[in-house]
Amino acid sequence: MSFSVMLTQLSAGMVKTVGIFALTLIFSLPLGFLICFGRMAKKGVAGKAAGIFFRAYISVMRGTPLMLQLMVVYFGPFFLFGMSIGSNWRFPAIIIGFSLNYAAYFAEIYRSGIESMPIGQYEAAKLLGYSKPQTFFKIILPQVIKRILPAVTNEVITLVKDTSLAYALAYAEMFTIAKQIVASKSDFMPFIIAAVFYYIFNLIVAMVMEYIEKRLNYYH
Amino acid sequence: MKYLEMNHVKKSFDGLDVLKDISLSVEEGEVVSIIGPSGSGKTTLLRCATLLETMDCGDLAYLGESAAAIVDGRSVYQKPAQLAKIREKFGLVFQNFNLFPHFTVMKNITDAPIHVQKRPKDEVYREARGLLEKMGLADKESAYPCQLSGGQCQRVAIARALALNPRVLFFDEPTSALDPELTGEVLKVIRSLAQMHITMVIVTHEMAFARDISDRVIFMDGGVVALEGTPSEVFESDNPRMREFLGHYARV
Ligand SMILES: Nc1ncnc2c1ncn2[C@@H]1O[C@H](COP(=O)(O)OP(=O)(O)O)[C@@H](O)[C@H]1O
Ligand SMILES: [Mg+2]
Repeated sequence: MSFSVMLTQLSAGMVKTVGIFALTLIFSLPLGFLICFGRMAKKGVAGKAAGIFFRAYISVMRGTPLMLQLMVVYFGPFFLFGMSIGSNWRFPAIIIGFSLNYAAYFAEIYRSGIESMPIGQYEAAKLLGYSKPQTFFKIILPQVIKRILPAVTNEVITLVKDTSLAYALAYAEMFTIAKQIVASKSDFMPFIIAAVFYYIFNLIVAMVMEYIEKRLNYYH
Repeated sequence: MKYLEMNHVKKSFDGLDVLKDISLSVEEGEVVSIIGPSGSGKTTLLRCATLLETMDCGDLAYLGESAAAIVDGRSVYQKPAQLAKIREKFGLVFQNFNLFPHFTVMKNITDAPIHVQKRPKDEVYREARGLLEKMGLADKESAYPCQLSGGQCQRVAIARALALNPRVLFFDEPTSALDPELTGEVLKVIRSLAQMHITMVIVTHEMAFARDISDRVIFMDGGVVALEGTPSEVFESDNPRMREFLGHYARV
């Protein structure tokens, strides 16, 4: 197999890798907020129940392997409900599995950011008459985003590499393809190309995150 | 007219009685200073007055409008909507400023008048520029708090509170977080507010300042008002706790 054919096949896989990456972020970043609010809820019976439920959710999501979670999401409908699972289910299962897992990590990052805010910011906002939503969206959230950006960057970089776990469901993202070519052609080259791809991908991610951090550097 | 009236205020934290039946009333235009040893409950009293803390017992009213009343020995507060209206009557300047670090000086001052009070932007900006001028910060409107000295931050915080036109302005040790050489500029600003007859309640450790600008001085000790009167009555009193308290300052 020529180098250029290899490159073409791996590039096709790379597009799918980027797809998993982008969709996971689109779903897990906002979902993390919902989980975070559920986890921090304290008021009333419903609040306490939500707190316990989401604490357990986060604990399980962080305490079991992502690969196993992908399997559960993929095979779950069959084993639990006897539904037939076709290849159409593969990609949604991957996105759901990744999003549910990453949302748990993001929720904990958001929580640490929100809890690190000095109480004085809330009190000043209250004195000035801001409503609770105004206080959160105008005063607290912008500062929390700045505080958690380094931790979010870490997760995002991990996600780039974690996309390769989709090979467990035989989804044709880059790593799966690389492995197939290595096995069938006994040529080590695809792994090296894949490594370079992942590395460049992460370099771009790091640059984007650094840019955002710089943009938020106008105050501290 | 009584701008602020608090009666029989009691507050305890986990069994520790911090305020033991305190009453405080402030007339329109009056400047009241609260002095006393640390731990005597001064901050707690201000926090109860500004609705940051709920009283266990006690009634609280601004300009005759009740925020909380005593029912069966406990404080019962008004509904949130009513409390929100009462919050417009007062402002508080914190010891550590609590400016919003991601807002410019101008936005710190104008954001609440525009987005909470819904006043016209150009009017708010005009007033804010006037306030900054008065605070000696006319050239700082687009600076961020992190670019300012502590004294400048505190003056911005005062301007931010004033921009909402409160009837009563509370200060909790406004100069305690500042380097000594910066306290003067903040005290000067507060002094100018006193001359404009803005009603103020000031917790302070600046004895000469308190004596100078106050219409009335309250000496708190151990969660009660130990002494209250004109500055000369209080500072020249032979109350032994007051003498001992002042002794700490004489020795410095
Ligand atoms: N939120 C709180 N929880 C528990 N104890 C508190 C709290 N706030 C104040 N206290 C206690 O109440 C007492 C009076 O505090 P404070 O009102 O800050 O006094 P001052 O401002 O006169 O120094 C202190 O013993 C303090 O430890
Ligand atoms: Mg205090």
